[in-house]
Amino acid sequence: MQHERVEKNVGLMAILITVAISFGGLVEIVPLFFIKDTTEPVAGLEPWTPVQLEGRDIYIREGCYNCHTQMVRPLRAEVERYGPFSQAGESVYNFTFQWGSKRTGPDLARVGGRYSDEWHKAHLYDPRSVVPESNMPAFPWLFTNEVNSENTPNKLKALQTLGVPYTDEMIATAADQTRGVKEIDALVAYLQKLGTVVTGR
Amino acid sequence: MTTFWSAYIFVLTGITIAGLVGLIHFTRKMPGSTDAEETTGHTFDGIEEYNNPMPKWWLNMFWLTIIFGIGYLIYYPVGNWEGIGKWTSAKQLAEETAAHNEKYGEIFERFASIPVEELKDNDQAIRMGQQLFQNNCALCHGQTAQGYYGFPNLTDDDWLYGHSGAEIKQTIANGRMGQMPAWGETLGTNGVKIVTEYVLKLSGNSHDEVMAAQGEVIFSQMCAACHSADGTGMAALGAPNLTDNIWLYDIPNQDLATDIAITITNGRAGNMPAWQGILGEEKVHLLAGYVYSLSN
Repeated sequence: MQHERVEKNVGLMAILITVAISFGGLVEIVPLFFIKDTTEPVAGLEPWTPVQLEGRDIYIREGCYNCHTQMVRPLRAEVERYGPFSQAGESVYNFTFQWGSKRTGPDLARVGGRYSDEWHKAHLYDPRSVVPESNMPAFPWLFTNEVNSENTPNKLKALQTLGVPYTDEMIATAADQTRGVKEIDALVAYLQKLGTVVTGR
Repeated sequence: MTTFWSAYIFVLTGITIAGLVGLIHFTRKMPGSTDAEETTGHTFDGIEEYNNPMPKWWLNMFWLTIIFGIGYLIYYPVGNWEGIGKWTSAKQLAEETAAHNEKYGEIFERFASIPVEELKDNDQAIRMGQQLFQNNCALCHGQTAQGYYGFPNLTDDDWLYGHSGAEIKQTIANGRMGQMPAWGETLGTNGVKIVTEYVLKLSGNSHDEVMAAQGEVIFSQMCAACHSADGTGMAALGAPNLTDNIWLYDIPNQDLATDIAITITNGRAGNMPAWQGILGEEKVHLLAGYVYSLSN
C-alpha cells in the first residue's frame, strides 16, 4: 500500500504538484528573462513613434489580433510567403507582444512597405473594394475619429517605466505629434512600420 | 545563452525526471509482492476495492515516456549544449531553402536569361508569374489584373510609366511614387471647373466649349509641364495620358467631371511599393514577364 503515502498525505501531494508544475515554468520561462536573444533589441530597432504607438493601440482596440498574428515562423513555406522569420528581439518594445500561429487573416509581421498607404485605407474602409473574397470587417469610423492626443504622453511614460527607451523630450512632444491625427492615419503608420527593421531574404 | 542557463535547465529537468522515477519506484506495487486478495479497506455497500498492481503495460508506458524525455533532452539543443542531433530551427530552414533552391533555382535561372518581352511565349514562366501575381500583386491590382479605383488596370494599353519590359520590371523592382500636386488653392473653384472642362474635351467627353477654351490656357501654363502640351502625359514622371479616356480615379456611378475636379483640387499620390527587396530579382523578372503578357 505504498502509493497511499502520497495519496493520503495532502501536504506532500501539494508539494509534489507544486514542484511538477513550477519546474516546468522555471525551465521554460525563467531563462528567457535573462538571455540576450530575447531581451535585447535587434540592431536598428526603435521605439514606436507617438503616432505609430497610437496606431498600435487602435490595432489592439479593434481586436485585429483576433485574426492577425505577427510572427513569421522559421518554416520555409512561411518565409516564402511573408519574409524573414520573426526574431524575439524585434518585439522587445511591444507590450504586449502580438505573436501567435492561429491565422484567420494573414500574418502581419512583415506587412510594412508591401502595400501603399492608399491601399491600406481603401482596404480598411471597405475590404471588399480591393479584395472581393475578403471576410474582414470594415472599419469606417477610423476615418472620422481622431486620436486622443492628451493620453499619448501617458502611454509613452508607462512604456518608459517598462524599459522602452523613450526620452523625456520625446514624451514632452508626443501630444503635439498626435494632435489632430485621424485614427486611420495612425493605424496605417503602425502597419507600414511592421517588420521593416529586419529585411532581406 | 550562457553555460549557466544550460546547466540550470539540465539540473531542474534532471531533478524532475529523477523525482518521477523515484515516485514510481517508491509507490508502485510489484505483481505478486503481496496477497492477491489484498484490499484498500474501502467498503461501499459491501463492495470492496482491490489493491492490485498497475497493469504492466501501463507502467512500462510510463517508463518509456521517461526514457523518451531523457533522449529528447540530450538530442535537442539547450543553450550552449548543441544536442547530439545538432538541430536548430534556423538550420532546418536553411537546409529546406537550399533544397528548394536546388530544385527550382535552375528554372528561375533559365527564365532570368530570357528577356521580359519573350517570356510570354513560355507557358511555364507565365504560370509561375501568375502565381506570384496572385500572391503578391492581386491585393491591389485585382485577381485578373483589372485594377481598382486608384490601382491601375494592367491589362489595357495605357501605361503610366511605360510598357517596355525594362520599364515594367523597373516599376515592380523599385516601385513608383506618383505625385500630382493639389491645384485647388491656386486655381480657385472656377479655375478647377474650366480646367476640368478642358480635360473632358481632351478625352473626347461632352464638355462646355467656352469653358474648355478658357481651361486650355491654364492647362498650357500649369499642367502641360507634366501632362505635356497635348495632354498625352509623360512616362518619365508617371503623368497619365489624359486623351485616352482611361481614368485611374473614376468612382463608379459618379459623374466623370466630379472625379476630375476632385483630382485637380486635391492632387493625387499613387504609390507602387518596391518589390525587389521582398521578392528578389528572379521573381520580379517573372512578374514583369507576366504583366507584359497581359497586354501583348
